[in-house]
Amino acid sequence: MGRDLITLEHITKSYDGQTILDDLNLSIYENSFVTLLGPSGCGKTTTLRIIGGFEKPDTGRVIFDGKDITDLAPNKRQLNTVFQKYALFTHMNIYENIAFGLKIKNKSDSYIKDKIKYALKLVNLEGYENRMPDSLSGGQQQRIAIARAIVNEPKVLLLDEPLGALDLKMRQDMQYELKRLKEELGITFIYVTHDQEEALTMSDHIVVMNQGYIQQEGSPETIYNEPENAFVADFIGDSNIIRSTMIRDELVEILGAKFACVDKGFGENKPVDVVIRPEDVELVAPSEGTIEGVVTDLTFKGVHYEMDVEANGYEWLVHSTKLSEVGSKVGIKVDPFNIQIMNVPVSEDEEAISETV
Amino acid sequence: MKLFKNRQSAALMALPYILWAVVFIVVPLCMVIFYGITDDNGSFTMSNIATIAESGYFKALVKSVLLAVISTIICFLLAYPLGMILSSMKLKRNTYIVTLFILPMWMNFLLRTLTWMTLLEGKGVINTVLSFFGLPGINIINTSSAIVLGMVYNFLPFMILPIYNSLSKIDDNVINAARDLGAGTVQTFLKITLPLSAPGILSGITMVFIPALTTFAISTMLGGSKILLIGNIIEQQFTQAYNWHLGSGLSIVLMIFIFINMIIESMADKKGGQG
Repeated sequence: MGRDLITLEHITKSYDGQTILDDLNLSIYENSFVTLLGPSGCGKTTTLRIIGGFEKPDTGRVIFDGKDITDLAPNKRQLNTVFQKYALFTHMNIYENIAFGLKIKNKSDSYIKDKIKYALKLVNLEGYENRMPDSLSGGQQQRIAIARAIVNEPKVLLLDEPLGALDLKMRQDMQYELKRLKEELGITFIYVTHDQEEALTMSDHIVVMNQGYIQQEGSPETIYNEPENAFVADFIGDSNIIRSTMIRDELVEILGAKFACVDKGFGENKPVDVVIRPEDVELVAPSEGTIEGVVTDLTFKGVHYEMDVEANGYEWLVHSTKLSEVGSKVGIKVDPFNIQIMNVPVSEDEEAISETV
Repeated sequence: MKLFKNRQSAALMALPYILWAVVFIVVPLCMVIFYGITDDNGSFTMSNIATIAESGYFKALVKSVLLAVISTIICFLLAYPLGMILSSMKLKRNTYIVTLFILPMWMNFLLRTLTWMTLLEGKGVINTVLSFFGLPGINIINTSSAIVLGMVYNFLPFMILPIYNSLSKIDDNVINAARDLGAGTVQTFLKITLPLSAPGILSGITMVFIPALTTFAISTMLGGSKILLIGNIIEQQFTQAYNWHLGSGLSIVLMIFIFINMIIESMADKKGGQG
């Protein structure tokens, strides 16, 4: 990865006595696509607004390219924002909207014209110069908002849930579009969302946040395959999270049955949380499984079947392309590599975190 | 939203309103125009309207327009900053403040204006208090200043409400976007806030300018008999001189002024809308 472009140091922020961010530390690499992911109220938008300059942290510093910009006004920062509900200037046409930032910087008319042409081509809306924002669809308005931001050649583009107001199909198209834009522009994207699929699809680096704390950061694969706590496991995709006992290294007792796993160093006979993704649960003949259970619910999801399997007092969520009828007896088997062991939260704070999901 | 099943039932529901409009708006308007362009014998004449060119009437008209313009400007200058403060607070508290400004409207209009008379009189409340502290008294009753004061006091809420409304409709992120794109506070105000609040400003101007131009109650009470506005002259034609033809003719002139005002505003609105 590249060098640090933005560093947040010990950021604290509270409103009306309620703490939104508590001693947040975060480094963002140059030219990366970083996603701040978390449920509403987790502090992700506040973090973005602090980077954008619309919000001042109570304590802590924002370092941009080696310089402290904590007290710098938004109009003096070398970054641009794409807002949640587009925030286009409804009294100006598309040309004037995109030209807004360039005109303020006193760029020449011919430069502005070229830039706008380039930007509209980049977002696939050529020839829309004279339209008014109200006459465009939500997706088109969001593209214009992106064009309006990138013509200013920012080093960083901040995106605050930019796809939140769009319908599903449009949202998926825009995900690929944003990824392509990021490659073409070669700048840093900081993206805020509560949609884990969006985060997994687009990001180089995901920062999972909850209740003002960073829960885990890492590549999409790491976050998905090796969640560090129950909150992350539950928030990123569906999963079976089961309180279990680590018998010894590479052996864990789940719901009274012993499963081989690959994790070490949790001690002997220690309580742990186990995460098993629904697609990692194998349904086999009752005699071949580690645990025996009964299928209680079945839903066809297109790519796979989603089944609930009642086994040893726990309702397992299972995704499989093979159908097992409701009421049929099945065996549950899990590959050792697919069992993710996590420490049981110790403090009440962490407990609270895992309960909010 | 489709409230009515079909056009017929919608038309049926509209009937009482249409009836009301015809009986109480269209018919009286036609009568004013009829009286305005006829003489006692019922024959056509433009002399009623042309009377406005006579020096006494013309002076009253100029004075009326002038005072109405001044009052409108003062109302705007007072209302806009207040609207900005209120809309930036975004709290429940601002409802109380808005109510506070509307509160005087709960009182009878004539009573409110009459109160200013007692306040401003030569030996009125204000001067009594001033002289108690050994300060020189003020003497503005029966002057244009008193009339403007009365107009501003009475019509200010009509400027505040539409401006506050249009300002509070502006999304915070639109302002943030302008800042984000490099605009300073002044640029953001001139290029974004002001044009986006233009509809509110225009309706505020209309709501203040028209009653200010046509008032006769405020000028009668606070201007004494010394200052005649066009509204007073028209009133006198109906209530004292019993010359309905002249009164109507002058009313038509006033309507033309209001009409011009509205045309200018709708042009400004279109221009504002297209940036």
